Amino acid sequence: MTAVTERARSSLGAELASPLAAFVVVMVVFGIAAPNFLSRATFGSVAFQLPELGLLTLAMLLPILTGGLNLAITFTANIAGLTLAWVLQSQGGVDAGIGAFVLGSVLAIAVGALSGLIMGLVIAYTKAHPILVSLSMMIFLRGLGEFLTRGGDVSGFPGFLAPIGYGSIFGIPVPLLIFIACVLIWHVLLTRMKLGFSTYMIGSNIEATRYSGINTRKVQVLVYTLSGAMCAVAGIIMLARFNSVRVGHGESYLLITVLACFLGGVNPFGGFGRVIPVFVALVVLQLLSSGLNLMGSNQHLATAVWGILMITVMILRWVAERLKFLNANKG
Amino acid sequence: MADQEPDGSASRPLLSLRNVNMTFGGVKALKNVSFEVLPGEVHCLAGENGSGKSTLIKVITGVYKPEAGAKIDYDGQSHAHMSPVTAQAGGIQVIWQDLALFPEMTVAENIAFQTVTGRWPRLVNHAEMWRVATNALQRLGVTLDVDLALHNFPIAQRQIVAIARALVGEAKLVFMDEPTASLTQSETDYLLDIVRNLSASGVAVVFVSHRLAEVLEISSRVTVLRDGALVGVYPTKGLTQSRITELMTGKTFDYSVLHRDLSTSSVMLEVKGLSRPGEFEDVSLTVRRGETLGITGLLGAGRTELALTLFGMRKPRSGAVVLDGKPVRFGSNREAIAAGVAYLSEDRLSLGLIQPQAIADNMVIASLDKILSGGFFSSDRKRSLVSGWIRDLGIKIGKQEDAVSTLSGGNQQRVAIAKWLATEPKLLILDGPTVGVDVGARAGIFDIVSKLADTGLAIILISDEVPEVYFNADRVLHMAQGRIVGEYVPGATSLQAIEGAVYA
Repeated sequence: MTAVTERARSSLGAELASPLAAFVVVMVVFGIAAPNFLSRATFGSVAFQLPELGLLTLAMLLPILTGGLNLAITFTANIAGLTLAWVLQSQGGVDAGIGAFVLGSVLAIAVGALSGLIMGLVIAYTKAHPILVSLSMMIFLRGLGEFLTRGGDVSGFPGFLAPIGYGSIFGIPVPLLIFIACVLIWHVLLTRMKLGFSTYMIGSNIEATRYSGINTRKVQVLVYTLSGAMCAVAGIIMLARFNSVRVGHGESYLLITVLACFLGGVNPFGGFGRVIPVFVALVVLQLLSSGLNLMGSNQHLATAVWGILMITVMILRWVAERLKFLNANKG
Repeated sequence: MADQEPDGSASRPLLSLRNVNMTFGGVKALKNVSFEVLPGEVHCLAGENGSGKSTLIKVITGVYKPEAGAKIDYDGQSHAHMSPVTAQAGGIQVIWQDLALFPEMTVAENIAFQTVTGRWPRLVNHAEMWRVATNALQRLGVTLDVDLALHNFPIAQRQIVAIARALVGEAKLVFMDEPTASLTQSETDYLLDIVRNLSASGVAVVFVSHRLAEVLEISSRVTVLRDGALVGVYPTKGLTQSRITELMTGKTFDYSVLHRDLSTSSVMLEVKGLSRPGEFEDVSLTVRRGETLGITGLLGAGRTELALTLFGMRKPRSGAVVLDGKPVRFGSNREAIAAGVAYLSEDRLSLGLIQPQAIADNMVIASLDKILSGGFFSSDRKRSLVSGWIRDLGIKIGKQEDAVSTLSGGNQQRVAIAKWLATEPKLLILDGPTVGVDVGARAGIFDIVSKLADTGLAIILISDEVPEVYFNADRVLHMAQGRIVGEYVPGATSLQAIEGAVYA
């Protein structure tokens, strides 16, 4: 039994403590303040809203672990969504078949991966700062997207797409299933695979990693490529949920993804952080906004509360560190 | 000068500490230490890393407050503890190893920047600055162009600038932390002359150095610390290098040269006419199985560049490398590692190990394929491999998941060696394996190196400390300005003769 808990501890890590604590606090506070909070409806709304932010956060996570950043995530998702939209439209719009959807999704993921690949190559070979590279990519994709759509919506998709945005399998929303699958893929990638191992090492010290015989350029290129591909998955889900694509959709999520990583215990300078705590952090953020919504406040207030939560967490972490330090000194 | 004692008595200590205790996080850093410096004396403070030297200096300069009961007498006044202000006002100066200078500013600015802003509106008085800097340098008997930016000068001269800056504050007591660590022999001689001038002018100098030859040459007395406690104070006359090492470590070491018969051993590495213009030229050498080849020479002789080229991280312009009978030309260090070359970097902190990451991860990073099964890591395989290396190399750790940075220098170096042994190398290049490793722990590292050679591994041992290669290598090459200029067999040539050639 202890072996099992020990194993769980070592695979989940101490990073889980603060998001779990926040989770408990949010559940208790809203459970008392809003009697209808602990209901199926709340969890339904969380389950449907979580995946968009969640998938984009996964896309942000890998670059952050290498000590970088991908500021182009939301526009990569938009461009990937547009790719799928155009394929569907060219195949008859509302009358497009499953084949068109599959082809469109594959192309969308390819386009997302391509955006990441280009960023990865530039970052790995020119050693330019990821913030600047991804900012440039973001501006490029935004301008390109707005030019191609003339700033409007692209809509008119076949009816079978609706279940991807709104359907459920065995009571679990489809977008949530897709998100959980992606969480698990990322978890295995980071804990059990060479690429994940190298991602952490690069985040702590890229030169020492290169001296140890790791192809650091390849790792950087792959990390940004995977990040771009994950954006595309988010873009496809967003298309199904909004039943339209518009360049700028989800733009406000960009910085929230960085904060969600940080709330999940990811080191903002790279090298440390795990997927599961980030997942719990995302659930907390979503519960918070659903709970406030339920109590009648509007979405903008929820965003403000997110900010307060982050600052509180930083202060609490500092306090916890101090306590640890003082305890160590007593002994 | 301002430094003369008011009553003229030179024998009364300038500084005297009694009953100094310091505890950090439950660890006693200083245990009941006393320490004394006479006016105008050159005093050496000796001890391994972690013996309490830096802590003691920080107590004297007021950075740390010792526990109650301490008594500090300085320049005729008693204190329970110093403060940075009283230390500075009393003329106590420290020249840290990194010098803390401003390379882009002029010599004059570096020397005099603290003293030459006037009253409101606090504008900089350049003429005054120039005068103060020139005076300080004159006092050291040195002429430098004070209007040139500091980065134009070699490290030895920058050292002088740091000393001159200390003198501007009317220093009576100057601490010098490893002042010669990055100097060549002639530069060191020059610096030691400066220290003698300083001492003659009445300034007491406390010299912290691990180069024992200098300690013996410059100081009149030596205070030895070990594990935070005072071992003793000794007059330098009558001390030898090996005696100081014994006092510092509490152990006796047996120094003898290697006598291994390698005549029947086959050649593992053959390098013919290898060149990288500007770094090294026409380097030829061979290393047999089971042989340790020492390469020594001053910093900048091209040793590390040669090693990196053998490791595939730089490409040679011309020449050939034959490894285990096969000509090789590596496109990257990954190819070199796959072919059986391992390179332990001299810069353990930023290139050798990934300090914030786990001990276990650092050990497996160069041999990840060994812990894969079907494309996924096996944590059991990793754990057992790592435990094996920890046992075999006698590494003292808490948990495998602890960060490498929590280990001592010696244990970190063992982790780095384990990382490379895990790749099953044929040729192991050790570049400065004892940099930042305590004297006591060095012997342990070389025990490992010797056992590895006995298993048939070919080893290249690079060090700028001639005794290190002399006692731990079968042959010694001397590299200077990118060329191999001498080859010696320890025992057949004396240590002094090789040192003479290298440090000339």
